[in-house]
Amino acid sequence: LLSFLSERNNLAGVRHIVLVLSGKGGVGKSTISTELALSLRHSGKKVGILDVDLCGPSIPRMFKVQDNDVHQCDSGWVPVFVDQDKSISLMSIGFLLENPDDAVVWRGPKKNALIKQFVADVAWGDLDFLIVDTPPGTSDEHISTVEALRPYKPLGAILVTTPQAVSVGDVRRELTFCKKMGLRVLGVVENMSGFVCPHCSECTNIFSKGGGEELAKHAGVPFLGCVPLDPQLSQSLEEGRDFIQEFPKSSAFPALAHVAQQILDGASQQSS
Amino acid sequence: DCPGTSSAQAGSAAACQGCPNQALSEAAELRERLRGVKHTVLVLSGKGGVGKSTFSALLAQGLAADEAKQVALLDIDICGPSIPKMMGLEGEQVHQSGSGWSPVYVEENLGVMSVGFLLSSPDDAVIWRGPKKNGLIKQFLRDVDWGEIDYLIVDTPPGTSDEHLSIVQYLSAAHVDGAVIVTTPQEVSLQDVRKEISFCRKVKLPIIGVVENMSGFICPKCKNESQIFPPTTGGAEKMCQNLNVSLLGKVPLDPQIGKSCDKGQSFLSEAPESPATSSYRNIIQRVQEYCDQHHFQEEKII
Repeated sequence: LLSFLSERNNLAGVRHIVLVLSGKGGVGKSTISTELALSLRHSGKKVGILDVDLCGPSIPRMFKVQDNDVHQCDSGWVPVFVDQDKSISLMSIGFLLENPDDAVVWRGPKKNALIKQFVADVAWGDLDFLIVDTPPGTSDEHISTVEALRPYKPLGAILVTTPQAVSVGDVRRELTFCKKMGLRVLGVVENMSGFVCPHCSECTNIFSKGGGEELAKHAGVPFLGCVPLDPQLSQSLEEGRDFIQEFPKSSAFPALAHVAQQILDGASQQSS
Repeated sequence: DCPGTSSAQAGSAAACQGCPNQALSEAAELRERLRGVKHTVLVLSGKGGVGKSTFSALLAQGLAADEAKQVALLDIDICGPSIPKMMGLEGEQVHQSGSGWSPVYVEENLGVMSVGFLLSSPDDAVIWRGPKKNGLIKQFLRDVDWGEIDYLIVDTPPGTSDEHLSIVQYLSAAHVDGAVIVTTPQEVSLQDVRKEISFCRKVKLPIIGVVENMSGFICPKCKNESQIFPPTTGGAEKMCQNLNVSLLGKVPLDPQIGKSCDKGQSFLSEAPESPATSSYRNIIQRVQEYCDQHHFQEEKII
């Protein structure tokens, strides 16, 4: 009875849960999760990010808190706050590793056990949004996360892809996963969609163009927009800086702000 | 009833569950099946989207350019199988024969196997937990009629989990020359790749070397170089120095690479003049030299 009560408590204060999925690796799930959190914070929201990528946890470094430790309290684990404001909090296996180069070489059952703990035992407190960043694929982590979150009725999932067919091919499968698991798809983001040369402003479609938009149309889900490649964005993520604040003139900014706005709109619809 | 250790059923019959000889029988069976494979190279990363499958496909195509060599490409990315598309084999299916599953042949001397060939629609998702994935990987090694192969290239999914543990475990019955680890220059990739290097060391898998992909982009108009994925912590070069592994080469970004992959064509053939092509060719040569040296050393021991 006690553990049931503590489960209810830890996510009871979270108003909206959004999953960030792909089928494909390296398309920018963690990047989009991070930038979405920053955008929502700039709109005055309190945001948490749960990083369930156990083999390749990218989130802590993107906020420059990779050396932080996790502490326990009565209701479970205290998430790591990224600044004094406590407006963004994180949980990731990255905080539990003694040495950042240590590989987490676990088979499915052990991963599933930790994910259940991450969902139930983190004392998030009151959050407007909990963003769940995932690894690529449709396997243990994804099945366990969706099943563990089911009682808390997530708002839905954002699917991230790059424009080319090889990525879209995997994301189609992820859409099937969402359908099979009864997870609403909030929309598709086409990331790394074009590169504007900083020297001459010529736009080159390094990873092709248009695949994400076509996929959204084909699958009958909303298209949330194209985010172009911007080395300033890559640099900000590398250094754990607030891209939204520092580079509002970047070509990536309007696209990211637009994704956040659509999430906010979706959330207020769910609330009413 | 025990089928006997020399039976084709050894290790996999109903009676085998729980028998202390099961693992040994399975290992013996795999060793027998892979007896005709001269060299095996695993292509790993820790990070997704850095170009493992792209590199695996090009390595296989590069090695198979020598028509005297028999090359096999095994794709064990069960959730996100990219190899069929990259090799222009989308829609192909696997055929069974008396001697097992037949690989799908791109060329006479280049055969491919992937879960992609077992799916009937591009929307089909393989939503499996670890144990079922392991079972299929074992089948790929045991039931595919590879024949005599000079090079077996194994493309893997990102991470350090079931697929990686299983492939190393099953291939230990045969012999793996080593692993090529693929990364991109930025720290968010390197931090995962260091974990993959730890994994290789833990399971005693030799590391042939590291490939740094997406290493700079030359604007086709003004020819200036941009670092789209900046090497803020020194890139693969610094990491290789620190961890004492070889840097096999750096490959620049070329929009033609993605296009060729999408079309299922060999980038090396489509863009022979690209700087990325010469980088890839140099790397492929170094991998081949590593394997040949290995073989030579083995022969010396015998």
